Amino acid sequence: MIRICVLAGILLTVLSGCDEAPNPIQYGSNPELPAPQRGFLPEMVIARPIDWGNDRPTVPQGYKIVAIATDLQIPRQTLVLPNGDILVAEGAGGGAPVLRPKDLIANYIKSLGKSSVKGGNRLTLLRDTDGDGVYEIRNVFADNLNAPYGLALINGAIYVANQDSLVRFDYQDGQLRANGPPATITELPSAINHHWTKAMAASPDGRFLYVGIGSNSNITERGMDAEVDRAMVWRIDPQTGAHKVYATGLRNPSALAIQPRTGQLWAAVNERDEIGPNLVPDYLTSVREGGFYGWPYSYWGQTVDPRTQPQDLEKVRTALRPDYSLGSHVAALGLAFSTSAMGPFAEGAFVGEHGSWNRRVPVGFKVVFVPFRDGRPAGEPIDFVSGFLNDDGRTRGRPVGVTIDPRGALIVADDLSNTVWRITPGLPRVGAASPPGEARSIQTH
Amino acid sequence: MSASVHAKAIHPLHAVLLAFPFPLFLGALFSDLAYWSTAQVQWANFSSWLIAGGLFAGAFVVLWALTTLGSGSRAVLYFLVLLAMWLTGFVNALVHAKDAWAIMPESLLLSAVATILSFAAAWIGYSGFSAGGLK
Repeated sequence: MIRICVLAGILLTVLSGCDEAPNPIQYGSNPELPAPQRGFLPEMVIARPIDWGNDRPTVPQGYKIVAIATDLQIPRQTLVLPNGDILVAEGAGGGAPVLRPKDLIANYIKSLGKSSVKGGNRLTLLRDTDGDGVYEIRNVFADNLNAPYGLALINGAIYVANQDSLVRFDYQDGQLRANGPPATITELPSAINHHWTKAMAASPDGRFLYVGIGSNSNITERGMDAEVDRAMVWRIDPQTGAHKVYATGLRNPSALAIQPRTGQLWAAVNERDEIGPNLVPDYLTSVREGGFYGWPYSYWGQTVDPRTQPQDLEKVRTALRPDYSLGSHVAALGLAFSTSAMGPFAEGAFVGEHGSWNRRVPVGFKVVFVPFRDGRPAGEPIDFVSGFLNDDGRTRGRPVGVTIDPRGALIVADDLSNTVWRITPGLPRVGAASPPGEARSIQTH
Repeated sequence: MSASVHAKAIHPLHAVLLAFPFPLFLGALFSDLAYWSTAQVQWANFSSWLIAGGLFAGAFVVLWALTTLGSGSRAVLYFLVLLAMWLTGFVNALVHAKDAWAIMPESLLLSAVATILSFAAAWIGYSGFSAGGLK
């Protein structure tokens, strides 16, 4: 690990407040929110990449993990098609211009923790022809896309949310390659594109697509004008391309999913940085139509962030509290609701946590399972896939998108080792796997 | 060399380098004041680059002053003022790396102090040094 603080010398280490921070309990509906803090240097600890070698991520007892595709080009999100084929969106977007000397330095430091592979800007299709869990066929379904991220299949068409547009491919069951270039449904906000990912979920009736649009800054440091049409979820009519602003104040809604049965839209949201290792919690929340979730004026409901000027206290009074804190800086980028085919991990949601870069003690770097009861999150998150960060503090992989294969598997895209992982209940016998309560409990740092 | 009582001017290249910090830090101060009064973040961005420029040129001046430390008490004072200016500017650069309004109000204070110190350094430097002092 690089201690950036140390590079600047002992004096600055003191200035930057690189001390042991207390570890408040930050899971669930009522996380502790410490006072904001920031030394003269932001805390940055980049876990340096290392190969998996013969190791594999850790899964609960009774579950099996297999790499079903390797050497991809920055896989982010996946979509399981009705015939069991898996589409993988590969790409890297962004490229916001350098505004300050800080950006030059921060971009370099962050690059140390990422894959050096160039984003594929394509969709790769994986097929397991005989159902043995080995995906023998791999084909480029479509290419020349622009940092594709969100994927959805509705009404016989595959919708792809590029970093700048929503496009549609006509699709017939069993197709290995798209018929041609896609039709553009609508442009998506892409000026600057600081948080470039466009997460997507389809409404259960297939009438609408929800697209998450991240903010153009950490906390308005690119100016308020840059935040027009940002930090919100759009509801798009795929027939016409017309959109409605569905919910706002969501800093970076980097994963969207529809809850089974209720049809409710949920989002995994990444919150703001640089006010301490334990602020602000990233969260999982149901997204209320017309709801405002605080960014940039406030966080976790109505806690005002004075870094945003001019303030808007009237707006703050309307800010909704998210449902469930996942912990600060875990970087939740994947969200999928489970099914009964997942064994004991049936009632709840899987969340892919890419892992922190701006915290002395790294957090995230795993896929957690958030148990639900009566349709609401209930209980602490449980490690479902872990070991991405090894004991020496090196990263072997970083989870992004998580998707449920209804046949009984969790698909995890890993954009550092450029792998797609598939986790299955290893034994078909019911009850063979350890129930969530007995699984290794989450490490609290 | 004659034992002249007249001050000896600093080397032309030294003079050119010393010309940078004061206007750049002063510019950063005005730019910070503009951000303070308008909340338009671009002013804070301007400040960041102005400070970075002041530090870049200022670093060479500090080194130059360091090489001539042994030539009298004024040279020592010159070096110390320059060093204080540079360190203040550096802390100011770190403060300006914070996001949006988080730079307030420290940025204003530090920019003002750096401006004053850079003015003092320029005053001492351009007043010249006794012959045989700074080259």
